[in-house]
Amino acid sequence: MGNRCAVIGVGQTHYTTRRRDVSMAGLVREAALRALEDAGLTFADIDAVVVGKAPDLFEGVMMPEAYLADALGAAGKPMMRVHTAGSVGGSTALVGASLVQGGVHDRVLVVAYEKQSESNATWALTTHLPFTSSLVVGAGGYFAPHIREYMRRSGAPDHIGTLVAVKDRLNALKNPYAHLRIPGIDRAMVESTPMLWEPIRYLETCPSSDGACAVVLSSERAVTGTPAWVHGGAMRSEPIFRAGRDTVSPQAGIDCAADVYRQAGVTDPRRDLDVAEVYVPFSWYEPMWLENLGFCGVNEGWKLTEAGATALDGDIPWNASGGVLSSNPIGASGLIRFAEAALQVRGMAGDHQVEGARKALGHAYGGGAQFFAMWIVGAEKP
Amino acid sequence: MRPVAVAAFAQTTHTGHDSGLSEPELILPVIRAVREQSGLTEFGFTCSGSCDYLAGAPFSFVSALDALGAWPPIQESHVEMDAAFALYEAWVRLQHGDVDSALVYGFGKSSMGDLREIMTLQLDPYYLAPLGLDQLSYAGLQRSAVRGDFPAIARRSWESAQTNPYALKLPEPVETAPITDGAAAIVLVAGDLLQERTNLAHITGIAHRIDPHYPGMRDLTRSASAAAAATAAGVGKGPVDVAELHVQFAHEEIVLAEALGLPAGTLINPSGGPLAANPVMATGLIRIGEAASRVMDGTAARAVAHATSGPCLQHNLVAVLSRES
Repeated sequence: MGNRCAVIGVGQTHYTTRRRDVSMAGLVREAALRALEDAGLTFADIDAVVVGKAPDLFEGVMMPEAYLADALGAAGKPMMRVHTAGSVGGSTALVGASLVQGGVHDRVLVVAYEKQSESNATWALTTHLPFTSSLVVGAGGYFAPHIREYMRRSGAPDHIGTLVAVKDRLNALKNPYAHLRIPGIDRAMVESTPMLWEPIRYLETCPSSDGACAVVLSSERAVTGTPAWVHGGAMRSEPIFRAGRDTVSPQAGIDCAADVYRQAGVTDPRRDLDVAEVYVPFSWYEPMWLENLGFCGVNEGWKLTEAGATALDGDIPWNASGGVLSSNPIGASGLIRFAEAALQVRGMAGDHQVEGARKALGHAYGGGAQFFAMWIVGAEKP
Repeated sequence: MRPVAVAAFAQTTHTGHDSGLSEPELILPVIRAVREQSGLTEFGFTCSGSCDYLAGAPFSFVSALDALGAWPPIQESHVEMDAAFALYEAWVRLQHGDVDSALVYGFGKSSMGDLREIMTLQLDPYYLAPLGLDQLSYAGLQRSAVRGDFPAIARRSWESAQTNPYALKLPEPVETAPITDGAAAIVLVAGDLLQERTNLAHITGIAHRIDPHYPGMRDLTRSASAAAAATAAGVGKGPVDVAELHVQFAHEEIVLAEALGLPAGTLINPSGGPLAANPVMATGLIRIGEAASRVMDGTAARAVAHATSGPCLQHNLVAVLSRES
């Protein structure tokens, strides 16, 4: 809603287990400079900076925007720090877009990052508030029961998760920024890896990555280069402890999708969208989100995956970049989805370009599958 | 810009110790209060500010959604900043024109840990944090550079707080904001919701700016970012009856009053300010709420509110609230 907004620059670092060669400031600056270069701009052309990342406990730096202001050229400008759990990368893009759509600024730099090698994310996710119990399980232990419930409801065969794990890693081989680039990846390799949280095997889960992603957002009058126009953006949140909430297909995800589809004029996402970058940190979340996002009927998601509909050469490619399963600097993972969607409709996705992509979905979720952020970007002006 | 106004404000009766209430329990009464004041039960947008490090656990904002009763699911976002910045995000969202109301809240229990040392963790982790400067140490650096009658500021704040039922009952004036637990909430309205109401505090300007991080990069006797934010918010375009400033250390008031260009007669921190109650992550939002309250109760025609973040007033937000839109 509001004024038109476009993505005019995208910058990513190479995602990897440890970036020993750069500080946190160096990491975010690398992505920011690449995004600015893509837009043909410099820091001087930027009106405001929005930073997003997941919990500060991941790096041990509290409210790091204060420290990152210098590296991101923000001194003298407004700077915001967004934190909405795993969905934060998406939310950060939406907060940046909001500044343009609200007519407050013409050009906004959005940066999201995580330097997971600074600590142990599973530990950081396992500490708990006083007087509450800790499950001591990290994210995989939290989501595995939801996946098992999905399998029970849908009757999906056991190998569906394996198919997603292979498909996304095959796509990653075409993405030079991807963290996990595994030559010869196939079902046998995935099935030979240890079971971490039934039914999630080692290669069915996302890596821990260092990395940053940046986008430059622009008002209509300030567009440079090749724009990806924002056709819609939406956020939805629901309470984690609400009795009766469906953690397999959360209402907030359904509502968020309906909102963003309405704004973008999408009535049948499988037909109307050309490509989707969806937050799939555990392989089984592809069929689960296919249903939650309305790409098919309830309990039908696994059939699309099995039929190859979501493969790079399928009718609705999901995660052509390799997705979260191939690169996961947590706080940036949502923004990478949003940025990859923009790259696709700008025709700048390189070897993982979906031919003729005109309209794309970027999606992120977080918390206990309770925070959702989505946008739809298109090659045409809305 | 699209007119936006404060329609309701509530805060907890702050405590200087852990009262045993969890964060959702702190939030619940203030959310209920602003719902009653505004007559609104649902909001087009919700945004909050909090800090995981106060609780010592990730996602301290997650359980706050349970206090809201966010069902059906709501349009919501969160900043890991003082909730004054959440209010800014909500103000921007209201500029879009498709929603007319926003709920903003912030909360913090700094009694749960050692706030002074926790604040060290927001310094550059490579070059500053290893020096071991805690919050008092780097505030002390700035204090040594600023000239003024700090005890007088402390005394005036303490005296003002005597009539503020929400402030701590401190035995004597202090130059350092006390450890405080508390929460606050504000409702913003725009569009038809604004037109149909009379008792409002209109936000005629709001802006924020950040300075370089390193104290050595700045003239600590001044605040360039606060001055730039004040200019952008239009502080100088009219008289300022009241200013509620996010003064965590008495000397900061001198820096801020000059940066904001406050006229000589401006009443500063009639609530007692943060030197009387400093529920971290809600303190800045309370400044906006207190300034709005002065406008809404008629004791001020035009008021200024200020919020800050980062070491030595690195990041500053300024809002102008007015009886007139």
